[in-house]
Amino acid sequence: MGKYTIRRLLTAIPTILVISFIIFAVVDLSPSDPTGNLPLTIPPEVRQKIREALGADDPFAVKYVKWLQQFFIAEPLNFLESTLGISLPGSEDRVRVISWATRGPVIDIIAERLPQTLWVVGSSYFLGVLIAVPVGVYSAYRQYSIFDQVGTFAMMVGFSVPTFFTGLMFIVIFSVNLKWFPSVYDTTLVVTDIESLQQQLRQMFMPVTVLTLYTTAQMSRYTRASTLDNLQQDYIRTARSKGLTERTVVTRHAVRNSLIPVVTLIALQIPGIFAGALITEQIFRVNGIGQYLIIAIQGGDLPTVQTVTFIFAVLVVVFNIVADVLYGILDPRVTYS
Amino acid sequence: MKSKFTLLLIVVMALSAFTGIGVAQDGDTVNILFWQAASHLNPYLGNGTKEFEAAALVLEPLARYDPDGVMVPWLVDEIPTVANGGVADDLTSITWTLSEGIVWSDGSPLTAHDVKFSGDFCMDPDTGCTVLSQFANVDSIEAVDDLTVRINFDAPKPFPYGAFVGYFTPIIQKAQFEDCIGAAALGCNEQNFAPIGTGPFVVDDFRTNDVVTYTANPNYRDMEQPAFDRAVFKGGGDAESAARAVLETGEADYAWNLQISPAVLNAMEAAGQGTVIVAFATNVERLIMNHTNPDPALGEDTRSVWMADDSNGHPFLQVPAVWQAMSKAIDRSVIAGQLYGAGGTPTCNVLPGPPIYASPNNDDCLAQDVAAANAMLDEAGIVDSDGDGIREYEGIPLKVSYQTSTNAVRQNTQALIKQWWSEIGIETELRNIDAAVFFGGDIASPDTYSKFYTDIEMYTNGSNGTDPEAYMGNWHTSEIVGPQNNWNGSNIPRWYNEAYDALLAQMAQTAVLEERAALAIEMNDMLVQNGVMIPLVYRGSVSAHHNSINGVAMNAWDSELWNIAEWTRS
Repeated sequence: MGKYTIRRLLTAIPTILVISFIIFAVVDLSPSDPTGNLPLTIPPEVRQKIREALGADDPFAVKYVKWLQQFFIAEPLNFLESTLGISLPGSEDRVRVISWATRGPVIDIIAERLPQTLWVVGSSYFLGVLIAVPVGVYSAYRQYSIFDQVGTFAMMVGFSVPTFFTGLMFIVIFSVNLKWFPSVYDTTLVVTDIESLQQQLRQMFMPVTVLTLYTTAQMSRYTRASTLDNLQQDYIRTARSKGLTERTVVTRHAVRNSLIPVVTLIALQIPGIFAGALITEQIFRVNGIGQYLIIAIQGGDLPTVQTVTFIFAVLVVVFNIVADVLYGILDPRVTYS
Repeated sequence: MKSKFTLLLIVVMALSAFTGIGVAQDGDTVNILFWQAASHLNPYLGNGTKEFEAAALVLEPLARYDPDGVMVPWLVDEIPTVANGGVADDLTSITWTLSEGIVWSDGSPLTAHDVKFSGDFCMDPDTGCTVLSQFANVDSIEAVDDLTVRINFDAPKPFPYGAFVGYFTPIIQKAQFEDCIGAAALGCNEQNFAPIGTGPFVVDDFRTNDVVTYTANPNYRDMEQPAFDRAVFKGGGDAESAARAVLETGEADYAWNLQISPAVLNAMEAAGQGTVIVAFATNVERLIMNHTNPDPALGEDTRSVWMADDSNGHPFLQVPAVWQAMSKAIDRSVIAGQLYGAGGTPTCNVLPGPPIYASPNNDDCLAQDVAAANAMLDEAGIVDSDGDGIREYEGIPLKVSYQTSTNAVRQNTQALIKQWWSEIGIETELRNIDAAVFFGGDIASPDTYSKFYTDIEMYTNGSNGTDPEAYMGNWHTSEIVGPQNNWNGSNIPRWYNEAYDALLAQMAQTAVLEERAALAIEMNDMLVQNGVMIPLVYRGSVSAHHNSINGVAMNAWDSELWNIAEWTRS
């Protein structure tokens, strides 16, 4: 197992490099321009000067190598320095990945935004799993019951109604009419006492609920299908004939086995938490990673788009490995050699 | 775990039901909502209004424009003119004298050296300054003494108020930015995120593309101002929800740029919590008529490329009957009223403001007259000879392609205009292109507004400030876009007119305001009456403020937040 994991990690390195190249090529070749969104009153010569100052007109290869150097050498060194509080030689001249739009280091901005993304998207994901698994299992166990019918209907609604609609609906109901929850997320809020915690939970309520609805819908359908499969297996009949209680049959036998594919699904979706929720973040002004990526794409901010997408790509690759390894641990039938 | 969490949520919900939203009730903080967030606070590197506005709370220019477009002294005691000796008689220099006793928020005095530095910062070619055009013709800036600064021009400058007037070019502190000039500007995020200023507020916390928190400047020159202890400049989201936060939920005190459906905005304002405010500067949404042949069959060297011998002209767009009929068929009041609402009014001028520069000579286009347009074409012999519903000019069917950037209002405008043109026998093919591509400078892309590979295109442009000289200069022959200048130019219609160029040269020698206005009107009329562009809508900026805020004076010539020091809450 350990050997397998190491091998997978090693083979991931070329994969990641290829991904970084493809992302860079796609972003760089797309016809967008960091000065494209500037007011028209700015004359073309000035735009040209800005592009030169940013290095946007450098040849493709130069830009790519620069980025590789910045991302894989300068950024880790800088991280080392700031965590250990030391200063390595050459730290003055080291160029980090600098965003064209904000002219600040991309990594710092990501770090600044990660908390709100993890709070909102992470907790909705967590909540989604907590609700989805029992709902899915029970729906499968009582297939075609009222609970299952209602659950299926609710999940279909949750799955098919887009978040920009539910988000807006929530704002109109809870912010405009009832005035219970704020529609503008305050990212500067620091939780220090009961009052600020209450405020934090209040401002999280709407975005988290909207996202949870969506995650739950997806996940519970998956759990239900998987549990249904397992409930028809021979070993369930065996368990029942052994005289085990229904509770034991379902929780210890059926559910455990049904959750194997669900767990891998959960692992595979974890990178999505870091990616943020593009639309929901925009609606509630959570201003996390997702919203940052959107702004960067619109503004033709190549270093930012490249760095953010690349980090997602790395997370996807890593969690794929995690899912595979988990699969081996959970399911004794799967062996890696 | 799950039940605990839900229980907690229920408790919180119940609690909040009693307490309500407590944000806007806080009398000490003014909450400003911009749906585009500020990327940093250095106007000299600003990507758009958001940076200029967010910096305007902190940084100040020597003089500002008031809502009528009139200059008011800000960090100086008077505006230099030829009459008071501040502007040299030969118009080659302007001398500003700073008011005594103005200090930065860190307590150090504001000096002429800071002013000189601010200009040098922008004029360094490696800085990548976005407002460089404000320093056009500036040869050098010198600090004569601690309070006197002289700007020297390389040629007579009849309107010498480009630099340091208005929110594009405020004064930054030399001591702070000294090491950030030129190429170093790229990495100076500490300075760019929290510039030290002379304005009513000081940056407390800056989060990129998200939120800026300010506290009142303890060293502000007026002890009574600002009335607020804190200001919060929140970005992100969209215009509609920004309007809602001010007009319906009262969470924010001020929301910027509310270009949303007039019906929606009116309904929100009817809730009675806030007021929608509008100000008009010079922005005009217009159709640009291609004066060259954009035929895709032509090669890259000829397609939409102007030839000095006029051999590559457009097959029919310059025929007066054609473009006049096209203009006449458009109902501008429908576009303005239905699509722009409070933020738009019909216009027939390329230069609609300030009032003294607005031409009174073109207003006949305001009324739509499809019958007259049809008659005009019939009279010119441009008729539908083959019965397909499309007129022909010398055998060429009147089919036009019409592009603009992707944006709901623009696509609706396109649809309306296509319909009206079909009523006069002109077929229109519509295209829309993502704004970052359309307005981008990628010379390899065929879809940019400067390549102009269609017959007609539409966008908004306007004069940068009150003086129209630079704006009118956009249509000088030397500005014609083409391969010779890598499609870098501002004469997008590729229009050539010697008389127009002569008027521009004359304006560059004229210092008297009324004479300049007369010249601007003459040039505007030439542009409109030669079918270079078809103006559609005079666009204003639409914002909204909560009714509890007093003192807001919407300004289209300077920062909307120009007088935030005077805002109070009732």
